[in-house]
Amino acid sequence: MQKKFNSFEEMLKRLQEISEELESDEVGLDNSLKLYEEGIKLSKACAKKLEEAEVKITELKKSLES
Amino acid sequence: MSQILSVSEITNQIRQQLEINFQQISIEGEISNFKPHVSGHWYFTLKDSGAQISCTMWKGLNNYVFFKPQDGMKIIANGRITIYPQRGNYQLDVKSMKIAGEGELQAAFERLKKKLYEEGLFEENHKKEIPQFSSRIGIVTAKDGAAFQDMISIASRRYPLVELVIRPARVQGEGAAEDIVSGIQELNKTDVDLIIIGRGGGSLEDLWAFNEEIVAREIFKSKIPIISAVGHEIDYTISDFVADKRSPTPSAAMEIATPNTEDLLYQLTELQNEFQNILQNKLDGSRDVLNKVLNSYGYRMPQNIIKNKMQYLDNIWYRLESSVFHEFEKKKNKIEVLSNIIDSNNMVKIQKKGYAIIKQNNSLVTKAAELRKEKHFLIKFYDDEIGIN
Repeated sequence: MQKKFNSFEEMLKRLQEISEELESDEVGLDNSLKLYEEGIKLSKACAKKLEEAEVKITELKKSLES
Repeated sequence: MSQILSVSEITNQIRQQLEINFQQISIEGEISNFKPHVSGHWYFTLKDSGAQISCTMWKGLNNYVFFKPQDGMKIIANGRITIYPQRGNYQLDVKSMKIAGEGELQAAFERLKKKLYEEGLFEENHKKEIPQFSSRIGIVTAKDGAAFQDMISIASRRYPLVELVIRPARVQGEGAAEDIVSGIQELNKTDVDLIIIGRGGGSLEDLWAFNEEIVAREIFKSKIPIISAVGHEIDYTISDFVADKRSPTPSAAMEIATPNTEDLLYQLTELQNEFQNILQNKLDGSRDVLNKVLNSYGYRMPQNIIKNKMQYLDNIWYRLESSVFHEFEKKKNKIEVLSNIIDSNNMVKIQKKGYAIIKQNNSLVTKAAELRKEKHFLIKFYDDEIGIN
C-alpha cells in the first residue's frame, strides 16, 4: 500500500487523485476508508518532508571544451 | 627623371609613411559588412556618408569587446593604419573599439530586438511553461555574486526541497556571452527542470552579455525552460524577451521558480480536512442507506410474518379454548339437569311418604288391570320387599 514517490510533485499528484477518487460515488466505503488513510498518511509525510528539507546546492563544473 | 620603383618598393614606401603617421588613431564610423571569421579574427568596414575604410581586429584583442559588433552600429575604433601589400590597400588594424555614445548602445539593442522579433524568437507560442514543482533548478550566474546568494535564500525560505545546480559563469566583460551560452548548453545535458540565467543590476555595458545575439539564440534553442533574471526591475535585456519567462530580479526569478512552502502546508491541511469531510459524508450517507434498508418493506416482512403467525396462533388458541369450554359447559349443564331429574325422580323419597311399587316379571305394574293376582309379584317398600304367592 505505501508507494514510493520520486518527487514531492508526485506525492501531491497522488493526493489530488485520492481526493478525486474519494469524491466519486463509485468508490465503496471500504475503499474510501483505505483511501482516506492513505491520504492522511501521505499529506502528513508531505508536510514533514517540507518542514525538514534543506536546499541542496551542487556545482556544475565548466566543461573544458568551451 | 624620377626613379623607377617596383610595385613592392612603392608599396613599402607608402606603408612606412602611413604607418609612421597613423600609429595611434581613433576613427568614428558605422560598421558594415561585419564578418567574424572562424579563425576568431574580425573583418569589417567602417564608413560614413562619404568614405569607407577596411578594418581588421585580431582574435585575442576582440575578446575584450563587451559587445558583438553588428552592421549599422556606430563605433569608435582605436588602432593603426597598415597596408596589405598583396591587395594594395590600406586598412585599420583595430586594437579596441567602443560604442559611439550611450545612445548607440541603445540603438544596437533596438536593432537586435527588432531583428529577433521579426524572426519570431519572442513569440508566445515558443515559450515553454515554467514547472510548478522543480526538483532541480539550474542557475547560470556568477558563483560569488549577490544574485546567487539571493536566489539561495529565497529557495531556502520558499521551497527547501529544491536542489540548485549552479553553473558558474562570467556575467560581464570579455567572453561573458560565450560563457553564458555554454552554461545553457551544459545544463541542457543534465536533468534540471528549469534554468535561471541572470545577474544583479549594473550599467547597460555591464548587462550587455544578456543583449548578445548568441545568448538570445541559445535561450531560444534550449529544451529546458529558462527564466531570464537580469538586473533591476527597470532593466530589460534581449534575454528577457526570448526567455520563457522574464523576471525583474534574480530573487523574483526564484519566487517564480518555486512554490511556497507556507501555501503548500496550507493546501495539505485543506486536503486533510477535505478527506475528513468526504469520509464523514460517506459514513453518514451509508448509515442513512443502512437505516433505510432496515426500515424497508423487504426487511420488515419477516417480522410481520412472524407477528401474523403469532396472531394466527393466538386466534386458534382462543377458538380452541372457547369451543372446548363451551362443550364442557354444555355437558356440565346437562349433567345438572339430569341429576335434578334423577333427584326429583328419586323413588326412595316418594316411598318414604307411604307409596310402594308393584313389580311383576321384573317390570313395574302401573295399572291394576295389568296385575295378575294369581301369579307371583313383589311389593317394594323403601326399606324391603314382600313377595306375594
